[in-house]
Amino acid sequence: MAGLMAGFGHYTHAVVRGIPSSLAKEALRSCQAEVDVAKARREHDAYVEVLRTRLGLEVVELPADESLPDCVFVEDAAVVCGDTALITRPGAESRRRETEAMKGALKDLNLNIVEMTDENATLDGGDVLFTGREFFVGLSKRTNQRGAEILADAFKDYAVSTVPVLEGLHLKTFCSMGGPGLIVIGSSEPAQKTLKIMQQMSDHRYDKLTVPDDLAANCVYMNLPNKGHVLMHCTPEQYPESVKVFEKLKDHMLIPVSNLEKVKVDGGLTCCSMLINKKANN
Amino acid sequence: MTTEAGSETEVKEKAEESAAQPDQSEKASEETKEVANAEGEEKEKEKEKEGKEGKGISRYLPTWLKKQKSQSQTSPTKEAPPTEEPVAKVTQEEEGPAPEVNGQAEEVEEKEEVKSEQVKEKEAESHSNTSADTEPAKEEKVDESTEKSPEETKKEATEGEGAEEEKKKEQEGEKEAKEGGGEEGQTSIFQSPLRLVRKNKMKLVVCHVTLLDGTDFSCEVEKRAKGQFLFFKVCEHLNLLEKDYFGLTYMDSHEEKCWLDPTKEIKRQIRSNNWQFAFNVKFYPPDPSLLTEDITRYLLCLQLREDVASGRLPCSFVTHALLGSYTLQAEFGDHEPDQPRPLDYIGQATFAPNQNKEMEEKILELHKSHRGMTPAQADAQFLENAKKLSMYGVDLHHAKDSEGVDIMLGVCANGLLVYKDRLRINRFAWPKILKISYKRNNFYIKIRPGETEQFESTVGFKLQNHRSAKRLWKVCVENHSFFRLNAPEPPTKARFLTLGSKFRYSGRTQAQTRLASSLIDRPAPNFERTSSKRISRSLDGAPVISITEATAENGREPHLELQSDSKVKEADLSPGDADAVPSQSPGCSGLPQSPLRVHGDNIYVRHSNLMLEDHDKTQEEVLKHQASISQLKRSFMEAPPPSPPQPNQWEKRLTSSPATSIRIQQQQVVVEPQTEAAPADNTISDTKEPAKTTEVEIEETVVVQEVSRVAKPGVVTVTAGLPAAEQETRKQEVRVVEEEVMLKEEVKPTKQESVSSESESEEEAEYHPNMPIAQIPEEKEEEEEQEEMKKKEEVEEDVSVPDAPSIPAEEETNRAEDDVKKIETEESTDDPMVTPDEAPNGVLPPEEGLAAPTLEKEEPKVNGEASLVEAEPRPQVICCSEPPVVKTEMVTISDTFAAQKTEIATKEVPIVHTETKTITYEAAQLDGNGDGEPGVLMTAQTITSESLCTTTTTHITKTLKGGLSETRIEKRIVITGDCDIDHDQALAQAIKEAKEQHPDMSVTRVVVHKETELADEED
Repeated sequence: MAGLMAGFGHYTHAVVRGIPSSLAKEALRSCQAEVDVAKARREHDAYVEVLRTRLGLEVVELPADESLPDCVFVEDAAVVCGDTALITRPGAESRRRETEAMKGALKDLNLNIVEMTDENATLDGGDVLFTGREFFVGLSKRTNQRGAEILADAFKDYAVSTVPVLEGLHLKTFCSMGGPGLIVIGSSEPAQKTLKIMQQMSDHRYDKLTVPDDLAANCVYMNLPNKGHVLMHCTPEQYPESVKVFEKLKDHMLIPVSNLEKVKVDGGLTCCSMLINKKANN
Repeated sequence: MTTEAGSETEVKEKAEESAAQPDQSEKASEETKEVANAEGEEKEKEKEKEGKEGKGISRYLPTWLKKQKSQSQTSPTKEAPPTEEPVAKVTQEEEGPAPEVNGQAEEVEEKEEVKSEQVKEKEAESHSNTSADTEPAKEEKVDESTEKSPEETKKEATEGEGAEEEKKKEQEGEKEAKEGGGEEGQTSIFQSPLRLVRKNKMKLVVCHVTLLDGTDFSCEVEKRAKGQFLFFKVCEHLNLLEKDYFGLTYMDSHEEKCWLDPTKEIKRQIRSNNWQFAFNVKFYPPDPSLLTEDITRYLLCLQLREDVASGRLPCSFVTHALLGSYTLQAEFGDHEPDQPRPLDYIGQATFAPNQNKEMEEKILELHKSHRGMTPAQADAQFLENAKKLSMYGVDLHHAKDSEGVDIMLGVCANGLLVYKDRLRINRFAWPKILKISYKRNNFYIKIRPGETEQFESTVGFKLQNHRSAKRLWKVCVENHSFFRLNAPEPPTKARFLTLGSKFRYSGRTQAQTRLASSLIDRPAPNFERTSSKRISRSLDGAPVISITEATAENGREPHLELQSDSKVKEADLSPGDADAVPSQSPGCSGLPQSPLRVHGDNIYVRHSNLMLEDHDKTQEEVLKHQASISQLKRSFMEAPPPSPPQPNQWEKRLTSSPATSIRIQQQQVVVEPQTEAAPADNTISDTKEPAKTTEVEIEETVVVQEVSRVAKPGVVTVTAGLPAAEQETRKQEVRVVEEEVMLKEEVKPTKQESVSSESESEEEAEYHPNMPIAQIPEEKEEEEEQEEMKKKEEVEEDVSVPDAPSIPAEEETNRAEDDVKKIETEESTDDPMVTPDEAPNGVLPPEEGLAAPTLEKEEPKVNGEASLVEAEPRPQVICCSEPPVVKTEMVTISDTFAAQKTEIATKEVPIVHTETKTITYEAAQLDGNGDGEPGVLMTAQTITSESLCTTTTTHITKTLKGGLSETRIEKRIVITGDCDIDHDQALAQAIKEAKEQHPDMSVTRVVVHKETELADEED
């Protein structure tokens, strides 16, 4: 182990899950929209393919569960940092069982499993932003204080700060990490306000990359051997203006990934995979 | 002689003291004199200086002058001012309470000094040679410089361990000396501890110090020795040069850990016969790799191991294992499969609170991977990981937010962190904080407005009690000073009217210590790494934290103003009624104010006007300005360290947060009745520079006047310390009853005359984190004042008629019955509040040594004061405080999302104790309105003389029942003093005076609280 807090963005494995047909009609969503499951699956396949082929991660693919329409969004079911995996207690009742398969998969990866058993706690992984030095937990409709406390207990090395999610489903609906010390943030007022709070709460300095579209701020950063900084972000078709901003990142390998369908059910790019670094743990 | 390095230091110092030039000569002369005298005399002189000059005369001296003095005398920070001529230098060093002694033996220093005198290295060498034997060397030194004192030798002799070590040291010293110039700088930096001690035939006391490796170090010190002396002794024993990160702790009478104040006598701090201390890290360096010596890192490692093992520094399983493996590597070297020792050790050692077999195996496994790593490297790795832990260096304190939710306040290098349970719910970086203050058990921080905000806001927290509030405040002052300032702020000015604690960080700042460390030029000292002998200590439960927060924002500038004046706070917070606007202190009167603050505006204006009237102020302002500018420069020079690692601590830290509980610092005897009101404004007592402080004081005064004016109708509680004043006051009162207007005018004079010192100081204190920017402070101050005023007004409204079941009397009757409810005499040297030292002698001019007179002084004081009295630890003292006290409202801080709540989280005004004065005003105003509403007046005064301190609290309650008005006056007199005090006499006098004022008064209670101390033994 290289030591504490080293190797932000280093990943070796990714856990993903298939899209059930029930997604089209039963998946939770904040605004009404028709979802084309076939399209969504194509989209998802392309996403997984990037992880597996282009980025060389070892992908663990969990089968879809028709009784869990939102199960493709594996990010919410657990929070992994280092060799510890916190199995969450999703805020949406219908999603609670999603954690079972995730727990099994993470166990198989030899992670230390911590479970959130407190009945009063709720936490969605989408509300957890890990910056490499600390956690920010968005208090949202899906995540409460108790959930954040349990997360803080699970990852004692790190500061865990709570920030309000003023708008949007999750904290990471409008922000994510774009690199070490780089926060990608939407330009909406609530997003900017949340960023301010995060900056205030932190002892560390973060650069920010503001993109015009809040949803475009959800991107996936990795730091991979032989590839350096990698950023999976939205496509120009979806958010042309935001893509222009991403293109200013000269040091990053930029990989546009389509997310047109999944976004209809509030799915972002980060939602669709659980990234793990196995080497860090040995 | 001085090397380049030395010159650097000089330059710096010069810069700092630039203005001080005139002082130098004075100093020098003083010093020389002192030198001439026996050490004992010297000490006494010092004391005198501190006591009288410092408090009395020095007040009138320019701030910078004071500063210097103080530095030379006590502040470790000051290294012998290089600027001075060699001779002067020498003398200084000799005298002094040498700033800080490095691990090096005194002898070395002396040698160096000698050198400076002689300027001949050869000679020095010869000395050093002789020094092979410690004793001879010393003697020589003594002869040469007169520095050495028999005591020193004695002590050395007494120190069992000493001989060898000292020899070593000396040898080292020799080496250094031989090496040449560089040493000079060093030398000047480190001065010998011995000087600090008084030489009289003081009895020696054995101190037991628990070191970081768990061993016990015992040494004898004189009873009157200051904390510094013992600390130096310990550092010497440890061979530690970079000692500014460390400190000594002791357990106070409440079983709470406190930092031993180096500038105060040990005896006065510990207040018990238990001379038991612990050597601990006080300031966790954000980047341990910047430490110069391995031995320093080693000691830091020891502290952190303890922190980790105890759970104070929480970390994950993996981190526990990793840190443990580095510990093994450092203490046992490479893993040897055949050698069972580490295994045995690992079973016994405590690496984590919940250590188990699995962890031990992991530790061993990781240990194997460290093969080849030297102990120093292993320590460095340990620190590199430990410093990243989120609770590294965080000193936690239990508190409640305004809504009573449990939270934890964490003080660290970067600022103040607010936790609820384990979650960080808010953070106030030092640059964001304009003022830190406490009053009673309330702790307040004034926050710089954010980009989108126009007003400052004040966030209040409730601590368990006054002591913990003060301790937290002190820790904040110290951490801010250490990590954010280039040089410590001068101790608060002892000027008129100053209220509140004068406490300031007296040591070197991180910047200074780094500079000093860079000059260390000695071969890496050998030290033995002992497997930690300490047994894991039980941890306290994790502290619960609730966070209150106000809108916090990021501060940009590094300067904070810490205000030690409690008064300020009062004012700020006082507005209880108001819908407690969170930000009370927002100052800009011109700017639109947030809705909450609306009432205050008018008041503000007045205040400011008054301020303007002050002549003194203007001068002071000018000074202030200059000071601030210079500070600014400095601050720029030293960019505050970028937010480094985060501090961490959890539960343990809470307990451990040792804030020195030395109240001596709050010498501001000056109590103006109104000061309280003023305090708010005064808050300004910016630590930054003396000039500022002055201003603050002035402001306070001004405030008082205002108050008096305002309070026309109200009950006049006159606390006139002076007898003459008393009579007047009485009359005034009567008149007041009859004519409100009259009272006003009269009152003013009275007030002026009676400078009653309110010894609230301890209870309240403000600290303005130094503001580099000069301009800002003033405005802010004004604003603050205004706010305070507002609050006061509010308070008035709020003030409810005291419960007092007063005796019905017609208004005309004027006669108020005064009941001296309680006269409590406390005799305790220990008494935090009253300690003689604390009480500034100079302040109250007329007062006799006896406190008694004070009782009668009546000044229009607001209720809050009474509360102050209460605040003090001793329960007995406080009789009236509760009733009279205006309702204090805590500022409610919204726990969670500061942001959401936006600017004003607090519902209630953070009014802390409203000062009595404030209340008075209100009452007056009310009267003016023609309403026959009941008015309450409270007065609290503290008069301190050298030997004793008297606090008088007067509650006056007027109640209108039907056509009758009842006036009830309750006076509470607390006399605190040294053992020397004649209680009976003091009490008798107090009662007598009180009776003179109020013939009808009856004494309802007398409580004598006596604390026996070591002091008795002396006699």
